[in-house]
Amino acid sequence: MRPRIQLLSPELINRILREAFELLMNPGVRVGSAAVELLHSAGVEIGVEINDGVAHIPEALVRQCLASAPHDFYLYKRQGEKAVHYGGDDVHFDPGSCCVQMLDPDTLEARPSETRDLVRIVQVTETLPQFAAQSTAVVCNDACNDACNDACRDSRAPSAIGDLYRLLIVLQHSDKPVVTGSFSAAGLQGMIDLLAADSGGPDKLRQQPRAVFDVCPSPPLNWSEFGSHNLIDLARAGVPAEIVSMPLAGGTAPVTLAGSVTQHAAETLAGITLHQLAAPGAPIVWGGAPAIFDMRTGGAPMGAVETAMLNMACAEVGKHLGLPTHGYLVATDSKLVDAQAGAESARSAMLGALAGINMISGAGMLESLACFSVEKLVIDAESIASAYRLARGIEVRSNEVRSDEVHSDVHDEKARGEKTARETLATAMFAQIGLSGEFLKLKETRARFRQEQHLPSPVIDRSARGSEPATDVFTRARTRVDELVGKYRKPALSEDVLRKFQAIVDREAVRAGVEGTESGKNIGVAPATK
Amino acid sequence: MSDPFFGAMRQSIIDGAPDTATALAQQALANGIDPLAAVNQGFAAGIKFAGDQFGCGEMFLPDLLASAEAMKAAIKILEPEMLKRGSECKVLGKIVLGTARGDIHDIGKNLVATILSASGFQIFDLGTSVTPEQFVAKAKEVDADIVGVSALLTTTMAGQKAVIEALDRNGLRPRVKAIIGGAAVTSKWAAEIGADGYSRNAIDALELAKNLMGRVDNKDVNKRTALA
Repeated sequence: MRPRIQLLSPELINRILREAFELLMNPGVRVGSAAVELLHSAGVEIGVEINDGVAHIPEALVRQCLASAPHDFYLYKRQGEKAVHYGGDDVHFDPGSCCVQMLDPDTLEARPSETRDLVRIVQVTETLPQFAAQSTAVVCNDACNDACNDACRDSRAPSAIGDLYRLLIVLQHSDKPVVTGSFSAAGLQGMIDLLAADSGGPDKLRQQPRAVFDVCPSPPLNWSEFGSHNLIDLARAGVPAEIVSMPLAGGTAPVTLAGSVTQHAAETLAGITLHQLAAPGAPIVWGGAPAIFDMRTGGAPMGAVETAMLNMACAEVGKHLGLPTHGYLVATDSKLVDAQAGAESARSAMLGALAGINMISGAGMLESLACFSVEKLVIDAESIASAYRLARGIEVRSNEVRSDEVHSDVHDEKARGEKTARETLATAMFAQIGLSGEFLKLKETRARFRQEQHLPSPVIDRSARGSEPATDVFTRARTRVDELVGKYRKPALSEDVLRKFQAIVDREAVRAGVEGTESGKNIGVAPATK
Repeated sequence: MSDPFFGAMRQSIIDGAPDTATALAQQALANGIDPLAAVNQGFAAGIKFAGDQFGCGEMFLPDLLASAEAMKAAIKILEPEMLKRGSECKVLGKIVLGTARGDIHDIGKNLVATILSASGFQIFDLGTSVTPEQFVAKAKEVDADIVGVSALLTTTMAGQKAVIEALDRNGLRPRVKAIIGGAAVTSKWAAEIGADGYSRNAIDALELAKNLMGRVDNKDVNKRTALA
């Protein structure tokens, strides 16, 4: 039996959806102009009304769009291997994104994140099997701050091409799938082109997508120009989109958890409607980063248990609709990699795994998503491994023990069969060693301990106290990071792909007005140092 | 100050009860009480208490907002009489507020606006996704003392710097002070972009604004002396 946690009864899920559909009609959803056009052409006969940028979307249209949304899809590694299954109760983890600060392990202070930090995060993530996917985890302030400043002077989008640059760094250093996102409506195409160049063309990317893009509505009930555009463009490119609705219970959404789950459902349903209207059947994820609103600080406490509950409940609604799911967990509000960080991150990793959320983002993140720590990432990997172990549950392994090994005075065949299945939990092993207690010698022990136990890395201390002073987890994590970076091997990309990357970066730099600047020089495709 | 009537006014603010505050303000006028005294010895004492309680974690944001709303209700009743008597409640300063270009998040900025306005500042709220040019134009138009720029997103924080640069370009600083806030904003970032101040929450923002007004006042005095 696989253990599961459910927070919502079927009746409550139905009630949440009923009210979510009501919200889509009244007060309706604020949408960008691209969405207005789409809704107009698709929904006039079905009764869509749009007044002053607010769309009133009838349930029938949403239901029609839900029917065309796929129930599952895969993300692929560079070599074409399936690596992430978005669907069912499969659980995957990826590092959180997108921080602007990095915890310096020497000074324990947050400093602006740079390219070298992103590279290190990617290297560590690449070596850890707990992470099925990479993420564009941090902004590279060294490269894109110049871009930002130039862009600001030109009164252009402040983010310039920082989003493209992050993806470029990840693609150059990893074979794994990527969870990413763009900073602007205009920036998306460059990122899609980069992925297509990596995959061997737009059609190949569509058939075997390597990345999923987070797209966020703005609470409450607002699909901005930027968000609407991204959803529509992704759908048309056939590149998976992950709707990350982030109601803050009490701040930007109803204070009750059930109320916030309802708002999340309404925002996500509206997003799916736009997305499926643009391209029926395009891959879409019922994702989210819901949180409570902290009534002292006004912040979004990502480590709060209520935040985990919101993520679990939102995913339950998505599962009820048969959609792939995503959540934001394994993060902490602590500024240091301390006991609070460990407790909050491990707790939510377990809850997320037990909820069967397909993709869980957030590992490595501190300070309510403001700061990243690669040391925390390797500690979180241990929590994730434990969560996976818990989610597998207690398995009965009697297949390798033949019934004739079971010494029994039961001769009746039928009764003996029943007894075998029951007894081989332990009695077959006792039959071999009696009361000697020599379990360590048993072939069953050797054959099965790796399945039965998660074997942690040295990050987890279980050793007996020796003469040397005890170390804390942060110290051990620092050593582990260095080891993993030493183990890492950079993928070899063909000259042709690198040339295409450079051409796209050059083109996007011109578009964003940052060519020939310091940042232009920084954003070169020349292999970054390891 | 120990007057039970003033005490009730103070309590109506602490309770966040706008109806009670309104009734007490009306009663004060009917009884011929100086409206300025009602504010200073009654209602404002409640806001101060609420702020202190919030500071030490005993009151929370919804409580504080309710107190600010109650304060607004009381002032609304008392203001016409104060104007009539020429004892206009002294405006602590004029503050232009807005969220940086490209950012549509306004919950923190609204909170700051409410607390500052309840505490005696005159607020000009430009809303969300405000360009540097809009900040500059409004600051000039109303002769602002302080410009406050909020940014939630790490990607829109650069917009705060753009506003400060625009204020500089237009020669408004150092007379006009620039303050910033937002979830991702740090004191380090504030220092890096040359802001005059940063605060982590609305109550700290009130302290910050008051402190800056002290500096503005001094500067103004100097300027006036120089002009004279």
